[in-house]
Amino acid sequence: MTGRIAELMRALGARIVNNWVWRLGVAIRFLWLTLRESGPSFRRFHLTIREIYFAGVLSLVVIMVSGLFVGMVLGLQGYDTLVRFGSSEVLGTLVALTLVRELGPVVAGLLFASRAGSAITAEIGLMKATEQLAAMEMMAVDPIARVVAPRFWAGVISMPVLAALFSAMGVFGGYLVGVRLIGVDEGSFWSQMQASVDFREDIVNGFIKSLVFGIAVTWIAVYEGYDAPPTAEGVSGATTRTVVTSSLAILALDVVLTALMFRGQ
Amino acid sequence: MATSNLVEVEDVTFSYDERQVLKNINLVVPKGRVVAIMGLSGCGKTTLLRLIGGALRPNHGEVRVAGRAINRLSDDELFALRRKMGMLFQFGALFTDMSSFDNVAFQMREHTNLPESLIRDLALMKLQAVGLRGAADLMPSELSGGMARRVALARSIALDPMLMMYDEPFTGLDPISLGVIGQLIRRLNDSLGATSIVVTHDVAEALELVDYVYYMSTGKVEFHGTPDQIRAAGLPSLRQFVYGEPDGPVPFHYPAPEYRQDLLAQ
Amino acid sequence: MMTRKELDLWVGIFAVIGIGAMLFLSLKVANLASFSSADTYPILAKFDNIGALKVRAPVKSAGVVVGRVSEIRFDNESFEAVVTLNVDGRYKFPKDSSAKILTSGLLGEQYIGLTPGGDSVNLKGGDTLKLTQSAVVLENLIGQFLYNKAAEGEGKK
Repeated sequence: MTGRIAELMRALGARIVNNWVWRLGVAIRFLWLTLRESGPSFRRFHLTIREIYFAGVLSLVVIMVSGLFVGMVLGLQGYDTLVRFGSSEVLGTLVALTLVRELGPVVAGLLFASRAGSAITAEIGLMKATEQLAAMEMMAVDPIARVVAPRFWAGVISMPVLAALFSAMGVFGGYLVGVRLIGVDEGSFWSQMQASVDFREDIVNGFIKSLVFGIAVTWIAVYEGYDAPPTAEGVSGATTRTVVTSSLAILALDVVLTALMFRGQ
Repeated sequence: MATSNLVEVEDVTFSYDERQVLKNINLVVPKGRVVAIMGLSGCGKTTLLRLIGGALRPNHGEVRVAGRAINRLSDDELFALRRKMGMLFQFGALFTDMSSFDNVAFQMREHTNLPESLIRDLALMKLQAVGLRGAADLMPSELSGGMARRVALARSIALDPMLMMYDEPFTGLDPISLGVIGQLIRRLNDSLGATSIVVTHDVAEALELVDYVYYMSTGKVEFHGTPDQIRAAGLPSLRQFVYGEPDGPVPFHYPAPEYRQDLLAQ
Repeated sequence: MMTRKELDLWVGIFAVIGIGAMLFLSLKVANLASFSSADTYPILAKFDNIGALKVRAPVKSAGVVVGRVSEIRFDNESFEAVVTLNVDGRYKFPKDSSAKILTSGLLGEQYIGLTPGGDSVNLKGGDTLKLTQSAVVLENLIGQFLYNKAAEGEGKK
């Protein structure tokens, strides 16, 4: 019996080490290579611009529409709750703080992972499966410098912009519902918001969050693509893993960052 | 004679993890010649090509290109050497996000500081050489298999390489495209003054166009000689390969217990 | 396939919208323009009890936000709470002004109310307010009320 348990423990340990610890090590080394080969992404910025188009511009619509909807829901739900305490005038505060501190970076990050992250993984994975990366290497061009790094930086640049857009659209959505539809006083909506949203504490911290999420999602996406087995199943599996892993990473990092940033306030 | 051989493979052994793929391979490719490496699928031909291109390093032995040991070069030196090599991949491996023209111009833009007008002339010249100048603005997805292979060929000769490598250039092509590619390999080799290595299992096509043949089987060079010598050779496994006989030294059946026993066993 | 010019245009639009969103968040949501943290001066105030006052609570005078609480700590010698108020540099207050901890609404957040005094000298950065009034703690209030009632009852007997 003890033998069986020991056997199970050993199998579990091997799984953890092989699937997580070992892969994490490879991924960190990959990130280091990417950073080291990042020169061309900035010297020839049009490479990165192209990828910003695919990662950022093409995510614009989904991010803006989602932000608007989330803000409207916050307006409705927030009003419903606040009115019971007779403090519907702090609706602006509620909407803005929720978005800027939490929902902006987190929901935009999740959408970004499934919209842009999966596309990056699939694209790099397919390039690998069709030997495009090998061909590039044979042409004495480093695929990490030419393919991976521009996508990585495009994601890192796009993500904070998208999160800010999400929050801004959300505040606007909350305004539409709260002020235009329900009739909360416009003046107190904005002034209450402005009185309690702090630039450094809330806006900057939200920005830092979105930047960290952007790094995490794009790192996972380029790594999974580059590491994908060069087959159809391999690429589709890697794409799924990108979405799952980066969503988990966003939520876990959010806990850590929130604990660090908003401690005791 | 190091001077007259562009590629020399000396006593090379290579294995992926446990599985030994190449055993004590010796092979030379003289300058200006078109040499075929033939053999069954999975006999290590492509691996050999990757060793010559420096994508893999041998466990034992030495690969020399233009007199320089590939496995002892630093990354930078290897990249410098690769600029003088061209490789045509099995399915072309065109960059799917670029037009034919940009594919051909890719290396010129990456490795030279030529003005865009000159790059345009050069790239169109390369496309003209493979007869596809008219397809310059098409995307790879709009090209047929044979056309894609020709664009890839134009791309691999973009910087006038001294060594051309072809990995299964004939796979999946219709007879016309196949003939076109075969002719191009020969013509480009002679007009560029390059040296070519063709890895293939398409015997009929290869024997027509190459100068010398290495026949490989299970990780070893079984036989080498001119096409005529190959045709005349009496080696049973080579005969089976050349004439495409289904059964012979390479059995039709994958090893299995006897059929009757398998049927009776419940 | 898009040309490089079109790509540049779209990415340019993306950047403009993004910067617009960030400006909107900074200026309209956080109201950075009207209250920049650069030109503020700190004033200290000691309280016996700060109740539920928090860092970043507003400092108001005549109902107008004139600053924010930047730090709260406990002075282990006088056993008092020391609150640092960052007051907007545009507003000057006489040296004998007083600070109260007030509550907005019955259950709202707590803030500091500054009542200007009559001195001709103004407060400078680092000064300490002499007159303060602590937070009203509801439990104490109720306790006192009950005690008084009880005392009244005793007296009647």
